[in-house]
Amino acid sequence: MEFRSQMRGDLLIVVALEDRIDAAGAIQFKDRMREITQTPSARVMLDLSRVAFLDSSGLGAVVAVMKLLGPDRKLELAGLTPTVEKVFRLTRMDTIFTIHPQAPELRNAG
Amino acid sequence: MQADQHSRGVALFEGPHLSLLSIASDPLAVREGLRALFDTAMLRALPLAARGTAEIVLAEALNNIVEHAYDDGSGRIDLLVRLQPPDLLCQIEDRGKSMPGDALPIGKLRPFSSFDDLPEGGFGWHLIRTLSRDLKYQRDEGRNCLRFRLGVEQSAG
Repeated sequence: MEFRSQMRGDLLIVVALEDRIDAAGAIQFKDRMREITQTPSARVMLDLSRVAFLDSSGLGAVVAVMKLLGPDRKLELAGLTPTVEKVFRLTRMDTIFTIHPQAPELRNAG
Repeated sequence: MQADQHSRGVALFEGPHLSLLSIASDPLAVREGLRALFDTAMLRALPLAARGTAEIVLAEALNNIVEHAYDDGSGRIDLLVRLQPPDLLCQIEDRGKSMPGDALPIGKLRPFSSFDDLPEGGFGWHLIRTLSRDLKYQRDEGRNCLRFRLGVEQSAG
């Protein structure tokens, strides 16, 4: 499970680079997100624009990451593709996240 | 009909209106099997929304078998998908444990009242029931058989 991340002011932007977050990758997703979000920030924005597919295990992992961050540090989502958006909507998990149409572009390193 | 062997215990037989997929009961085989199935000409021709809906339902059904029917061992899962517009007819068979009470879970979403109470699971059957039609389960001679229809028209899902 590959990610890119960058600080932008008080916001930590994390871009998921895999095309799916599924039962085979949900635990790894959660573990990597736990590591990446060790970087202190007021908010975390997870860019899902490259994720074409997410199943219920993947959804559970996203919710688990939100709970991991605690109630005072927000996990926001951005760039939901149509199938991913459908899973969030049908499970009503779209009501518990702030969802942005797209995340800010990451600046090139160096 | 073409037979195609994939990695990780995945076998796919592809015809113009029918595909047969046989996979080992593990999450990586489910992933590879779905990749192979959705790469068939039959499924590539479907509208994007219908493909998404089909992949959600099939992934949930297959992962349930891996996690529950075969939770104490491994086995094979056989999936048959037949295109019969406006529907995709799906049949999934395994030889694992039967459904509790020989009946399908209701799949009702659990209400949540606080942050700590947010559910991290229990979404699967809700998604299957919401997105499929004519859902039927049969336990027969040590075999589980799940059948359902998925709409494949432009408005699906």
